[in-house]
Amino acid sequence: MTLAVEFENVSRHFGAVRAVDGVDMAIPEGAFFAMLGPSGSGKTTCLRLISGFETPTAGTIRIFGQDAGRVPPNRRNVNTVFQDYALFPHMTVQQNVEYGLMVKGIDRRTRARRAGEMLGLVQLDGFGPRRPGELSGGQRQRVALARALVNEPRVLLLDEPLGALDLKLREAMQDELKALQHRLGITFVFVTHDQGEALSMADRVAVFSAGRLVQVGSPAEVYDRPRTRFVADFVGSSNVLPPALAARLGGPAQWASLRPEAVRIVAPGAGRIDGRVVALRFLGAGTRVAVAVAGPAGAPPVVAFAPAGQPPPAEGSPVGLHWADAALHLMEGE
Amino acid sequence: MRSDARLPLALTLAAAGGLMFLHLPILLIFLYAFTTDERTYQFPPPGYTLQWFGVTWNRADVWPPLWLSLKVAAVATTLALLLGSLAAAALSRASFFGREQISLLIILPIALPGIITGMSLRSAYAVMDIPFSTLTIVLGHATFCIVIVYNNAVARLRRLSGALAEASADLGANAFQTFRFVILPNMGSALLAGGMLAFALSFDEVIVTTFTAGQQSTLPIWMLNELVRPRQRPVTNVVAIVVFATTFVPILLAYHLTRGGDATAGAGK
Repeated sequence: MTLAVEFENVSRHFGAVRAVDGVDMAIPEGAFFAMLGPSGSGKTTCLRLISGFETPTAGTIRIFGQDAGRVPPNRRNVNTVFQDYALFPHMTVQQNVEYGLMVKGIDRRTRARRAGEMLGLVQLDGFGPRRPGELSGGQRQRVALARALVNEPRVLLLDEPLGALDLKLREAMQDELKALQHRLGITFVFVTHDQGEALSMADRVAVFSAGRLVQVGSPAEVYDRPRTRFVADFVGSSNVLPPALAARLGGPAQWASLRPEAVRIVAPGAGRIDGRVVALRFLGAGTRVAVAVAGPAGAPPVVAFAPAGQPPPAEGSPVGLHWADAALHLMEGE
Repeated sequence: MRSDARLPLALTLAAAGGLMFLHLPILLIFLYAFTTDERTYQFPPPGYTLQWFGVTWNRADVWPPLWLSLKVAAVATTLALLLGSLAAAALSRASFFGREQISLLIILPIALPGIITGMSLRSAYAVMDIPFSTLTIVLGHATFCIVIVYNNAVARLRRLSGALAEASADLGANAFQTFRFVILPNMGSALLAGGMLAFALSFDEVIVTTFTAGQQSTLPIWMLNELVRPRQRPVTNVVAIVVFATTFVPILLAYHLTRGGDATAGAGK
């Protein structure tokens, strides 16, 4: 397996701020790789380290095996779709898409043909003569994609690619990006703070926190078996159980996570633990039921997900909670 | 956002009245350039004539102030374009201790009343024993012309320097290509607009000029002196039309060039 991008103990410090701190990461060729984390977690800095707009304070970055540490952005075979697209406002859509070819000195006819093909690929045939200012957010996003892809990058970087779009468009673009990546076979690396986006689009997810890489894995791995409390909490709204509570539930005294959808609501006494419903939240596909369980003081309520079709218990009513043995996932660290 | 709701009549009338109050007097200036009455501005004019254009053309005392004004405005604008854009480039790129303070100092001259700028420059010239000349007027005008260019350039650079320059580099352009194809086409209109505004401001400036001109008169000062004389009054109005045209056209162009900011012509071949 060829690696598209490798990080070897890479750090980027800004004065006392450790934006990226000792990250080891391997992105296989052809992957759809998500870097997920809250703002300030270092994911965007990692992206800029790959594109070359940041240089590492320490460590080595390799792109297709070659040390990229000192290679300036314009000499990397990597292109970026910027967060707010950064389309050139004074150029037409066609000129924007041709730009990368123009600065490389490719002749006018080839340029026009390839830009036309790219606009076709992103379903913007006929938009060439327009200005970016005349386009909608979704169309600008496509222009930015075409402008990057026309250069035939080996790695495409996407910085919060869907952040500026409204919900419906975002969902449509998710499918489209996924299909595009599949068709082109290029390595896509994208940054997002939206865990749903990361899980649904990527085949590998890297979770960042405070400049460090906390966990890398397939979406299912990261979702089902979070390595730390942070991952459990950030990726999906899991039940994070303190050691005392985990011990009461029959596990070792360790932090544990329990997915709400793995918890079944049963009659009091029929489950692993009893409690009282303290809050209900209707989510459309089901109802989120928060149950206060007897246990150590300060323990948070355990949340269960009651799928639609099964009437949720009334607020204040006593219930039992049950789950399969494998559902209780133990986490490392404190 | 445009609202289709109909405005109440009273608001429409008030707005129209306000605009008329602002602009009708300018039309009167134009009107009196064609009057046959040369002593008092009586309304309506007793008759209409084009003779004052000829009279103005032949008046020897109109030309030196006009040339001086054009010269001062041209030199002050050139100076402002050079220094203003350099200052903008420096302050928008680097970040160093005291940057905000320097930025404020650059903008200050336009916030200060002209009379203060004028007085302080005059006393500075006196202290340094500099005799009044075209240069002293140019320096006075440059203080506020630089601000105009600086503000235009800074606003544009702020939008540019980050994302667009990075996008250009990301697509393979070297620094020169980025400057040539991305920065310059976007800066160009801002500098042109700044330069035109600076020129227009300098061309009709009176207060700072009064303090820094000595015995010389620029066109606006000549007009001010002319107004108190009861002889060939419409000549002043003819000159006013010329001043209006020389300042209004650049301002209008500057407005069009900076409007929206997206519609910048050129580049990308």
